[in-house]
Amino acid sequence: MSFPWAKEYKPSNPFMRYMDEKLPLPRFVYNAIGAGYPVPRNLNYFWNFGVLAGVALVCQLVTGIILAMHFAAESGVAFSSVEHIMRDVNAGWFLRYAHANGASMFFIVVYIHIFRGLFYGSYKPPREMVWHLGLVIFLLMMATAFMGYVLPWGQMSFWGAKVITGLFGAIPLVGTPIQTWLLGGFAPDNAALNRFFSLHYLLPFVILGVIVLHIWALHIPGSSNPTGVEVKDEQDTVPFHPYYTAKDGVGVAAFFLVFATLLFFAPNFLGEPDNYIPANPLATPANIVPEWYFWPFYAILRAFTVDFWFIPAKLLGVLAMFASILLLFFLPWLDTSAVRSGHYRPLFRKFFWYGLGPCIVILGYCGGSHATDGVVLVSQIAAAYYFAHFLIILPIVARIETPKPLPTSITEAVLAKSGASLQPAE
Amino acid sequence: MIRIGAFLVGLFFSGWLIVSAGMGAYTYVTVPAAPTAEHEFHKLPGKVDFSFNGPVGHYDRAQLQRGLQVYREVCSACHSLKYVSFRDFKDLGYSEGQVKAIAQNWPAETPSINPETGEATTRKPQPQDKIPSPYPNDVAARAANNNAAPPDLSLMTKARHDGSNYVHALLTGYQNPPAELKKHFPDSMPGKTTHFNPYFANLNLAMPAPLTTDGQVTYADGNPKPTVDQMAKDVSAFLTWTAEPKLEQRKRAGIAAVIFLLIFFGLCIGAYKNVWADKKGVA
Repeated sequence: MSFPWAKEYKPSNPFMRYMDEKLPLPRFVYNAIGAGYPVPRNLNYFWNFGVLAGVALVCQLVTGIILAMHFAAESGVAFSSVEHIMRDVNAGWFLRYAHANGASMFFIVVYIHIFRGLFYGSYKPPREMVWHLGLVIFLLMMATAFMGYVLPWGQMSFWGAKVITGLFGAIPLVGTPIQTWLLGGFAPDNAALNRFFSLHYLLPFVILGVIVLHIWALHIPGSSNPTGVEVKDEQDTVPFHPYYTAKDGVGVAAFFLVFATLLFFAPNFLGEPDNYIPANPLATPANIVPEWYFWPFYAILRAFTVDFWFIPAKLLGVLAMFASILLLFFLPWLDTSAVRSGHYRPLFRKFFWYGLGPCIVILGYCGGSHATDGVVLVSQIAAAYYFAHFLIILPIVARIETPKPLPTSITEAVLAKSGASLQPAE
Repeated sequence: MIRIGAFLVGLFFSGWLIVSAGMGAYTYVTVPAAPTAEHEFHKLPGKVDFSFNGPVGHYDRAQLQRGLQVYREVCSACHSLKYVSFRDFKDLGYSEGQVKAIAQNWPAETPSINPETGEATTRKPQPQDKIPSPYPNDVAARAANNNAAPPDLSLMTKARHDGSNYVHALLTGYQNPPAELKKHFPDSMPGKTTHFNPYFANLNLAMPAPLTTDGQVTYADGNPKPTVDQMAKDVSAFLTWTAEPKLEQRKRAGIAAVIFLLIFFGLCIGAYKNVWADKKGVA
């Protein structure tokens, strides 16, 4: 694993030597995120977001575990137990706002992390497994976030649970029984609330496990970098510690600045006011919308309005929504271009910034809006582009594009950027 | 094989979306959607200059006390405030004794059990009690109000978009339905038990205008003048406090956190530059 010039862990302290012999945990950490992990020297700030996602997860775990000590998962009192946290628990308002906005921060950094991977071709060999495990984490996050949103048992919690489990109801023949089985009843109630609470507590630890695999798989080929050129020798890399621990420090500080601004000055900005109304199965909200991080997928779900022969539009929407995420698993085989980085791919770059970028933003906007005719029309065109981009355009671009010349090494790229010239070796 | 399959799947989804969009566009042009009364007449609340706006905003204690008075004398006849306790009123600047007096003189009583007979009864509220509801239960609330139960107000300003401004706009927004509404949307005219208000989502609500005349509530020191607009502002401020009682602690903690993090951010940049000093641009 890793490169032959990676520094070896040599504990000088006798206790650490003893530990290294009995349980080499310090060695493991040293090789994973210490001086023993050589990293390309040219990483830009987009490479901070993996660490930031880890920080966000830890924030969610800490606040979540404490919130669970005060929350009552019973449909009759769940809503008022949240108000109890907000009013009577010491710093309860801080814990709950930190947890609710922490989820948003987690998704923000994970989306940037995924976009980094998409632009710099991080999903290409030899890092397919890293990409696949990342997508598994993303799916687990979505499930966890959805179930967490149900727990306060407000109007949007209840109707969100109804709509999302209703997606499974679109499956032909067995759909309705599956929905009833998932909810433990015909509509969301105490059984659903309890199992969602149980799973919402479990899944973050599953995510933690998959993150270990994600990092393990990453450390076999080592980190990718903005040029997409693989590491050739020692001068292409720096040890993770102190170089990238220092750089990640800057990222973590910036992350907490944004987080604090959101949490302390606009804690309900990203939330839906309807969730401050207790769940009422008899009153449907005028506009049922999920949290902002699901908007693009919700727009794809709603974009299918016409039955295709014998397939109902609703089922098509559900299939398309799941397909829109699952297709990312096939990316390493869809984009066959040998060049990783978008910097050296003129055509790919155009489609990425002028096609995919606006497409996701438009889908997000449509997913959060009331589904009027105009909004549905726009989301249909954007969703059509989304599928075309990954399934049709990327494979064709990979075939017809002439990439720009790549630097011969990472060091050459760094020197070219800083204006220095490569000194002949003495 | 993967690429051929992907191409077909992509062609199917994208193609069908384009077909659907075409069909939608055709209907959009040939059968234009009829304008709705809500679309034509619904108004968004105007901005009120509340003392708690902005990152360093804080509550105006005197205003909250006036708002409590409006709630007690007007709103509390129908609306509960079930997440708020009397003891919380200490945050409005009342002393322990004043809180006790407010609880003892509250217009509604707290449900209780007669210790001798075990029968349901009521008693005078104590500071540790939640504010008692004006109705014994939801059925009674509906029965007394033409089947439209008055919602609890504890969280009202967080349960509506732009809540603080919304409550003020709604309370001052009652008016006679415009002639245009009667002409174009006769079905959206208020019925016998509903009242026109352009700030309400579907224009007609069951609650009649609660604040109708200036001086409806007599403020202790007669200052400011209890106009309808002033009473509406005061009660909106009060309901903002009931929904977000920790707003001041939150903003104070926020200022401290941001200052701390800015210093931390500066130190991190310094550490980063220091660590990388020997690596930038040098082989």
